Amino acid sequence: MGEVKLMKGNEALAEAAIRAGVDAYFGYPITPQSEVIEYLSREATKRTGMLVLQAESEVAAINMIYGAAGCGKKAMTTSSSPGISLMQEGLSYIASAELPCLLANINRGGPGLGTIQPAQGDYFQTTKGGGHGDYHLLVLAPYNVQEMADFVKLGFDLAFKYRNPVMILADGALGQMMEKVELPPQLPRENKEYPWATTGKPKNGERRIITSLHIQPEKMEEINLRLQRKYKQMEAEEVRYQTKNLEDAEYVFTAFGLVSRIALKAMDIGRQKGYKIGWIRPITLYPFPKKIYAEIAPKVKGILDIEMNAGQMVEDVMLSVQGKTRVEFYGRMGGVVPTPDEILENFEKMFIKGE
Amino acid sequence: MAGEVLDVVAEDIVRPENLVYRRPSALLDVDMHYCPGCGHSTVHKIFMEVVEEMGIQHDIIGVAPVGCSVFAYNYMDIDMQQAAHGRACAVATGIKRMLPDKFVFTYQGDGDLAAIGGNETLHAANRGENFLVIFINNAIYGMTSGQMAPTTIDGMVTTTSPYGRDPKTMGYPLKFGDLIAPLPGVAYVTRQAVNTVQNVRRAKKALQRALEYQKQGLGFCLVEIVSNCPSNWKMTPVESNKYVQNVLIPFYPLGDIKVPEVKK
Repeated sequence: MGEVKLMKGNEALAEAAIRAGVDAYFGYPITPQSEVIEYLSREATKRTGMLVLQAESEVAAINMIYGAAGCGKKAMTTSSSPGISLMQEGLSYIASAELPCLLANINRGGPGLGTIQPAQGDYFQTTKGGGHGDYHLLVLAPYNVQEMADFVKLGFDLAFKYRNPVMILADGALGQMMEKVELPPQLPRENKEYPWATTGKPKNGERRIITSLHIQPEKMEEINLRLQRKYKQMEAEEVRYQTKNLEDAEYVFTAFGLVSRIALKAMDIGRQKGYKIGWIRPITLYPFPKKIYAEIAPKVKGILDIEMNAGQMVEDVMLSVQGKTRVEFYGRMGGVVPTPDEILENFEKMFIKGE
Repeated sequence: MAGEVLDVVAEDIVRPENLVYRRPSALLDVDMHYCPGCGHSTVHKIFMEVVEEMGIQHDIIGVAPVGCSVFAYNYMDIDMQQAAHGRACAVATGIKRMLPDKFVFTYQGDGDLAAIGGNETLHAANRGENFLVIFINNAIYGMTSGQMAPTTIDGMVTTTSPYGRDPKTMGYPLKFGDLIAPLPGVAYVTRQAVNTVQNVRRAKKALQRALEYQKQGLGFCLVEIVSNCPSNWKMTPVESNKYVQNVLIPFYPLGDIKVPEVKK
């Protein structure tokens, strides 16, 4: 067993970044995730030589990542909702230029400046593109502090496998709460050469160009087709999810991130009351685990999707079940976290009392 | 002679024995998309001459902007990245911080550098990022066909200042080099032009000096080139070079604005 510590989610993520051998962090402070840049500023450079740079804005930070990632380096940033909005232009360029990088959005309540409390209102932005054009981030949704740490290395592995930006979508509570976490081993910074990376034109080879500009429509369509093939491959190879009690389930609670834990508790209480409730938690929000919903749909009386937003992932759940079962939604917004009792009460209202 | 049709073809003139200047090896042998007479091609050429002469073609990474020079990477035979509009200095920061032993430069127009990218440029300068910014100032937005730039001078007609720039409502022309020169992170700021042979030579020397300073790790260097835009100024190339000389240079005087202090 590795080193075990009691840590905040944001700190666990930062520690995992150092241990993953990340080359550079570019970021801008924003609540509720400023602990990441603070922790890295204290720890990273002295331990691994990792660069930690406080940028003048999130706009600058994401473009610094573009530059560093274009040199084949492991570059990352973290932010929270309004800051992530500012990065959308850069993410579109990074996705189009096919550069690997890792981001974490410690989602807070919105829209606008909103609140600093936890929310999941950025699901659409994160999973459907967010910036302009047809592209996807690969999105990982941790549900505890352990996964806040684990998904850093996983995120970089996936980012480099697909040369695509990866986003960890957590919420303010996961960033702020403390839990026991088993830390991964310290990996060296790799200093790997990549044939596509701009590190100076090779003496015996072609120059490298990182760009997202292709004026000829046929060429731009070709790039789009390549991106779409990549997303299809992600859908085939990278879907991750977790389930419980589906074997005898008549109903399914589904949620991602922090809410999936609350839903798990609600499921337990419901089972004690005699309701046969199962549980699905998508771990990759993109690619979305469509198949498990499609498989379970004909076997159950209904699915309750619970989110800290006005109903975003529920659209993907509905697309996945294709009308084969009833899908209901319960959500809280603006930084309000639902309780297990509240979820169960609404479940009973929607599915039991109406029957 | 004006109006007279000369009975010569290009092949008669463009022969190896007639060539005074040669194409630097770091400049690709392809047609450029720049308009006839545009200063961009001259700056590309002299900068690639510097790269060749310093022997750094394999040790330099460039950042192309959004604007007419977005395709700079089609002409310069070096590793390059193309940045989002205005973000070249942020991208260059990412590159230089990862590859501190390589030469890094951005190549930006006035809109990219001083309008949408003002913040990125200012903060890269203030951090003393050790790279070169080549700043082409032609006082207009070329690629989008002639709108007002932050450097458009008082009274100058553009498509978005059709009655002439009125500083009262449109703001004053921005001298970005003068703005950042006092910052301690900034090593070298100079303003040059490529409208005459003499100015081309001076501009080349300035570009070389800036790369030497980068090699010494002195900090942020900005080489501004006051340039022309015959197409959007609606002038012939010769007229546009005269406009640079008679109208722009009096407002944007040439010469060094800041040079590194000599260490004793």
